[in-house]
Order: sequence, then C-alpha cells, then structure tokens
Amino acid sequence: MLLAKILFRNAFHNKLRSSLTILGIAVAILAFGLLRTVISSFYAGVEAASASRLVTRNAISIIFPLPISYAGKIHQVEGVKTVSWGNWFGGIYIDEKNFFPNFCVEPVTYFSLYPEFVLDEKQKKDFLLDRKGAVVGRKLAAKYKWKIGDTITLKGTIYPGNWDFVLRGIYRGRDQTVDETQFFFQWTYLNEAVKKIAPVFADKAGFFMIGVNRPDIAADTAVRIDAIFKNSLAETLTETEKAFNLGFLAMAEAIVTAIQMVSFVIILIIMAVVANTMAMTTRERTDDYAIMKTLGFGAKDITLLIFGEALVLTMTGTFIGASLTFPAARIFAAELSTYFPIFLVSRTTLYLDLVAALLMAFSAAIIPARHAVRIRIADGLRRIG
Amino acid sequence: MTGMVDSKSENPMTEQTKPIVEIRNLYKSYQRESLVVPVLFDITFDIAAGEFLALMGPSGSGKTTLLNLIAGIDRADSGSIHVGDIDITTLTETELAAWRANSVGFIFQFYNLIPVLQAVENVELPLHLTVLTKKQRREHAQMALSMVGLAHRMDHYPGEMSGGEQQRVAIARAIVTDPTILVADEPTGDLDRVSAEEILSMMERLNRDMGKTIIMVTHDPRAAARARILRHLDKGYLNDAVGQNPL
Repeated sequence: MLLAKILFRNAFHNKLRSSLTILGIAVAILAFGLLRTVISSFYAGVEAASASRLVTRNAISIIFPLPISYAGKIHQVEGVKTVSWGNWFGGIYIDEKNFFPNFCVEPVTYFSLYPEFVLDEKQKKDFLLDRKGAVVGRKLAAKYKWKIGDTITLKGTIYPGNWDFVLRGIYRGRDQTVDETQFFFQWTYLNEAVKKIAPVFADKAGFFMIGVNRPDIAADTAVRIDAIFKNSLAETLTETEKAFNLGFLAMAEAIVTAIQMVSFVIILIIMAVVANTMAMTTRERTDDYAIMKTLGFGAKDITLLIFGEALVLTMTGTFIGASLTFPAARIFAAELSTYFPIFLVSRTTLYLDLVAALLMAFSAAIIPARHAVRIRIADGLRRIG
Repeated sequence: MTGMVDSKSENPMTEQTKPIVEIRNLYKSYQRESLVVPVLFDITFDIAAGEFLALMGPSGSGKTTLLNLIAGIDRADSGSIHVGDIDITTLTETELAAWRANSVGFIFQFYNLIPVLQAVENVELPLHLTVLTKKQRREHAQMALSMVGLAHRMDHYPGEMSGGEQQRVAIARAIVTDPTILVADEPTGDLDRVSAEEILSMMERLNRDMGKTIIMVTHDPRAAARARILRHLDKGYLNDAVGQNPL
C-alpha cells in the first residue's frame, strides 16, 4: 500500500513535467483514436454486411451491367430466398461537393433484404406507389433539411439530365452502424427513362442483391449462380456482401495503410517522450531507490515503483485522450459525414488505446527499472549530495 | 570505558564479552574501468555490543567503504564480517537485504528521506518489510518519532522540515526496527552547529540509555568527541592505536 502511495505521489511530484507528459499522451491517444476511427469507418460497410446476402455483378467489371432477365434465373437457384437489383445512379445534388450515395433499386425486394433500414409503413407505401418517389437516410435528410413531400433534383452524371424526385420516406438505421446517408429511388423510374433516351441500356441492372436461406449455404449458392451464366455473354461474379464491400475497400487500401502507419508512428513518438520522462524521473530518484534498497526493499519493489509510475502517467493520459475521442469523433462525424457516414469510436479502438498505454508504460520503464535495480547501493548512495 | 578493540592489539575487552561485530582480514578494491583501485587492506577488528565507535580519517581513507561493508550495502573482496552469529559476507543479495532490514539502522549525511512521504510514513517505511499490522506499524513509527522529539511533526513532509529535524526523522527511521547496530555516515555533515549538537546528543542517548551499538564515520572532531572509541583509517589501513576516546 505504501509502495502504491509512493508511486502515485512520485508520478505527480514534478507537476509541470507530469502535466506536460500526460497532455502529450492524451493528445497522442486522441489522434490515435481518431485515426483508428477513420480506419474503422472505412470498414463500416464491411462490418455492416450481412452473411446471408450475396451480390452478383458482371464478372468483367462492376461498370458493365447485367440483363434484368437474370433475376428470374437467379431466383430459381437452390437456396435463394429473395432477389433484388439496382444501379448506381451517380447523381449530383446542386454541387459536386454534396456527395452522397444514390441508387435506383427494386423497392419491394430491396427493403425486405435490408431490415436494418427502418422505414415507417405509411412512408414505405407512399414510396411504392410513387414512381418518382425517393427514400433517404435520416442524416442525409437532416443535412439538407429535406422534408417528406419535398422535390429533390439530382443532376445525372451517368444518366444525363435533371432528375426530379419526391421525398416519400426517411429511413433510420436499426443501430448506429447503419449508414443513414443513402438515397434510393425506384429502378423502374430510371429504366423507363433510359428506354426512351438510350434503349440499348434499358432493362439492365448494375448488381443483383440476393438473400439466401441460411448464411452457411451462401458460398455454395454463389457458385451455383455463377455456373448458370458461365459462357454467356455476361458472365457473373457472385460473392458475399462482405467480400463485395471489401473489394471496394481494396481500392483505398493504400490510404488505409498510410493512416494505419501514421497512427502507429504517433504511438512510437509518444513512447519516446514518455521514455524520456521516465529516464529523467528515475535518474532524479536514484537516491530514493538506493535508500529503499538499503532498508531492505528488493528489486521487485523498485521495479514495481518505476513501472507503476509509468503506468499511472500513461493510463491518466490515455483516459483523458480516450475520453476526448468521443466528442472529437462527434465533431468529425458532423463535419465529414459526406466521406465517413459511419464514424463511431469502436470498442476495438478503446482496447487499442489501452494496449498503447501499456506498451508506452512498459517501453518507458524497462530501461530505467533495469538500471535502478542493477545499480549498487553504494554507487547509488555515492551520487547523493 | 572500553568496548572496541583491534584483535591485533591487546584486547581490552573482558573475556566474557562477545563482540557484536567481528571483522577479519578484510580487503576491498574498486574497479574503475580497467584500473583496480585498492581501498581497504587487511582490516581486522572487533566492536563490542553497546559500543559507540567513531571512524575517522582523511578523505579517501576508506572509512565510508568500511562502514558500507559492515552495514551490508557493499561486498568485500575477501575477509569476513560477523555481525552477531552471521557472517554477512556469505549471504546472497536477498538474504543480505533481509538481514539489513532486521539488523541495521542507517543514518546518512543528507538524511535520505523519501520526499513524497510524510515524516511518519518515512519512519514506517522499513516496517513494511516486517510482519507488523498497519496499526502496529503506525504505533511504532509514532513512538520512534516521539523519542526524537518530533511527535508534533508527524504529518510533515521532509521539504517542510529543517535539516536537523529531517535528520531526527532519519534517526527515528533507523531505530524503529530495533536494529542490532546503527551506522551513521557523517550524520552532522550537513547540519549547523546547534542542530549537529542535538543529533549527537540524541545518538549519545541512544547508545547510553538504550544500549544501541553505533558505528559512525565522521570528519568532525566535535562529532568524534561524542564517541567512546575512536579508530583512524589512513590510506586503507586501520591505525592500530585503540582505546578510549581522548577527545
């Protein structure tokens, strides 16, 4: 108990140095936590993917569509429960900087495949009855202050022209991990327009979303689907929703890797700072450790004191840094919702903060502790005065 | 008054008095990079129980080294040191640490109190290595502080006390475990004259009234005058002259 008292008081004995060290740790942990949250947000789509959903796309590339007639054939494959389809629309709202994902989908099946998009029954009915109807996520509606009944115009990039939609529904996520920034409208609205302006692109789907009976049969079902269309003009590639999303993430892999490296570099830098603090502090206390050894305290006690002091500093800084991560993440989420629709501090990030704190304490204390334990009492006492 | 003799000289101790410290053929040198610096040569002498011995000598004569060897905080190259029935030169580091905790009280020139602990906590510190309960530790520490006249300063930190008061706390810490011997390395070296007199009087009382065996290293003739026996070291050799303190 007395040792605990000594190490706590030692940790805060030099108030300025301790405060600056703790501040440094807190800032480093905050930066580390935010960067890890950025990485998590990249993977949010992957994490939110359902194991019982498959995505079928053109085997050559996602940019080549598939005939809508495939839907019926896919539906007949053993294990398939629901088939929906859609296209990436790529519309712009007023200005290019107002980016948000917008898709046309087959509405009945699509929303049955995504129970995590919670939509009021009346709004859903209104949406289904209005071919120009649209459903958007709660965050998106809030961002642009859209209300039910508003007309929203998107400028087509893939499909030229101005496209008017009437907002019929605003969905909310079942939990915090659900993206509430998406924009959906009816596939038939797009298809009918395309039939008029470019019939060759009509009756095509960019992707098929498939619900299977059980997650454990997803892989076999995917193989069976692709087998049907083998050697056809448009061969398919079917994969789980998770693998599909990961494929998109692979394009940003270099960025994610860079962010990961920067996050670890931050921890390395602060490890050096804490190590410096501990080196100074233990050097100043060489006489204290020498006198404790003189009184009969052993290497274990001295080691405990030094590691304990390092741990008090790093854990205090980590606690402050981790606590600040939450409000900082909320600010980030509000400001960068266009790029990071899901920006949540995950439990894994907090565990990593903890691991970083332990690593900092260990790396900072190991050499000073070794030195303090090894120094002969007579030499330690000789430094006094 | 006699009590400490050199075994090489005529033994003034009575036959029935067994010495508390027996030092035989002690050698010590230090390694300074590639250089071996001899410090003590063939030191042999005894210290009787209840003695108050002052070790004097010029700087570099080896007196602090000898004190450290007797107190078990340094290792001899050869020779033996018996304190009571234990040859401390044969103990392992762990055994030596336990022996120090039980058998030796330390008083240093610069007090060496733990700055983040209150006076009473500093005195309690060595008791944490005993089987005493928390309550018993506190009672012992309070009693020791009362003995050195600092009952009213128990909750003060070292930085809030004068040098003399800090040294009294150090003395309380040294006696709280009721050790076999007290070792003091220049205990008045950092004190003004008045404080030094107080400390020396206190040490005298510990020796006279409580029968504590005290081994003190000092440069100060006034401090040495309080000891009952004087020994001189010069260039690592013990002066054979021994007897009652002429000072």
